[in-house]
Amino acid sequence: MLTITNVGRRFPSGTEALRDASLRLNAGDFVALLGPSGCGKSTLLRLIAGLDKPDTGTLTWDAGQPPAPGEVGYVFQDATLLPWASTADNVWLPLRLRGVPRDQAEPAIADVIARVGLKGFEASRPRQLSGGMRMRVSIARALVTKPRLLLMDEPFAALDEFTRHKLQTDLLALHASIGCTVVFVTHSIYEAAFLARRVVLMTPRPGRIAREMASSVKHSADTRLDPAYAALVVEISQAMEAALR
Amino acid sequence: MILRIAPFFFGFLALLLWESVVRLAEVPVYILPGPLAVVGAFLADPAGLLVSLASTLTVTFVALLVAAVLGGSMAIAMAASRMAQAAIQPWAVALQVTPLPAIAPLIIIWVGDPFTSLVVCATIVAFFPLFANTATGLASPPPELGDLFHLYGAGRWKTLVLLRLPAALPYFLSGLRISGGLALVGAVVAELVAGSGGFASGLAYRILEASFRLEMPRMFAALVLLAVAGIAINYGLGLFGRVVLRRWGDG
Repeated sequence: MLTITNVGRRFPSGTEALRDASLRLNAGDFVALLGPSGCGKSTLLRLIAGLDKPDTGTLTWDAGQPPAPGEVGYVFQDATLLPWASTADNVWLPLRLRGVPRDQAEPAIADVIARVGLKGFEASRPRQLSGGMRMRVSIARALVTKPRLLLMDEPFAALDEFTRHKLQTDLLALHASIGCTVVFVTHSIYEAAFLARRVVLMTPRPGRIAREMASSVKHSADTRLDPAYAALVVEISQAMEAALR
Repeated sequence: MILRIAPFFFGFLALLLWESVVRLAEVPVYILPGPLAVVGAFLADPAGLLVSLASTLTVTFVALLVAAVLGGSMAIAMAASRMAQAAIQPWAVALQVTPLPAIAPLIIIWVGDPFTSLVVCATIVAFFPLFANTATGLASPPPELGDLFHLYGAGRWKTLVLLRLPAALPYFLSGLRISGGLALVGAVVAELVAGSGGFASGLAYRILEASFRLEMPRMFAALVLLAVAGIAINYGLGLFGRVVLRRWGDG
């Protein structure tokens, strides 16, 4: 889908966020970008989304050109919903911005709302929903355009442990049923090991890609008890220690 | 319930105390009239005072409307273009820090028409909270939402209509409430300046006139009317804001 080659980004303030980062994204991938705070994970995600431009290096899309609006979904750390709009109207937003009237968008809206488990909450305003539910709305909004690529920037970092586990499990089910490529930024080793098929470990600033690790964890109800999951957590932890040295 | 009637009860006690002190100490009516004398002065000529009140309120509301349109649209222009922001902001601040009594005589001379000059004066006072609040509200959405709109190819116009304007609505409405009170103050100050120049219409002129004639009860009656009008404007605009937000906003 995308080849990132030797990408670097230095902000006008002089901070070098990213140096020589190279990464290959394949269709259907679930990649976790893992690293300490400020290591350029979010910067890399913004470059992939086209929200920022690299100073050095290239992003080469297999399709020959960057994705059109709607082909990329983005989920931020905060749900960033429109506080005055209902769940359904928030989910409608990406389609609305592309000129799709509400009645035409309705089937797609109802479909993604059901997929994220929010049926019955279509008319609720964000302030009437819990943190976890707001994040579900945000995920539904990112999925409503049926994106080929879903970019998620620490979406569960602000949630409690119980809600986070539930959302992680549901995200895997969504990925299995929708099949889009996911790039998931996190600073949690456990989250990366649980979710990703491939864990990309980044160094502290300026962010570079320290190591890539493939996951052999089989997803089931007991994944967190799976020895393969525990082994991956150990492998990532050791790699992180080495990267920090 | 007790909290609701507390202010009325306190007000009644204060009035009772006021009337008693005036009567017991035999304070002359041209120094401090008692509440009963004030009510008597109002009842002696209710039409005269109410017509003046209507005149002041007309100036207040026209000024508030003009300030809302000007303040809102200039804030939108500023949000739309950095050039407009650089050009407008210092002048808006200059307008805010200029004391009205100092420029009111000039405005009255330049504008000529008494009603228009009063409206201009009151607008100058009411303009800034509406302008500043709307500008703050337009800039209030988090940058991530701006990114999201950008990601889906939304231009400036769609971002303004679907993101910035709805986000600015609560700010605008709270600015409207503040400016409502200020427009009344502006109207009264302008009337005082204009009234000393011979233009007789609003409540402020009645106050001036009564003070010249040492008709303290009538002066107090006019003051009470102004205070009641100020409170009514504040509550009315607060209620208006809540209704609008419940209907269109996030309440």
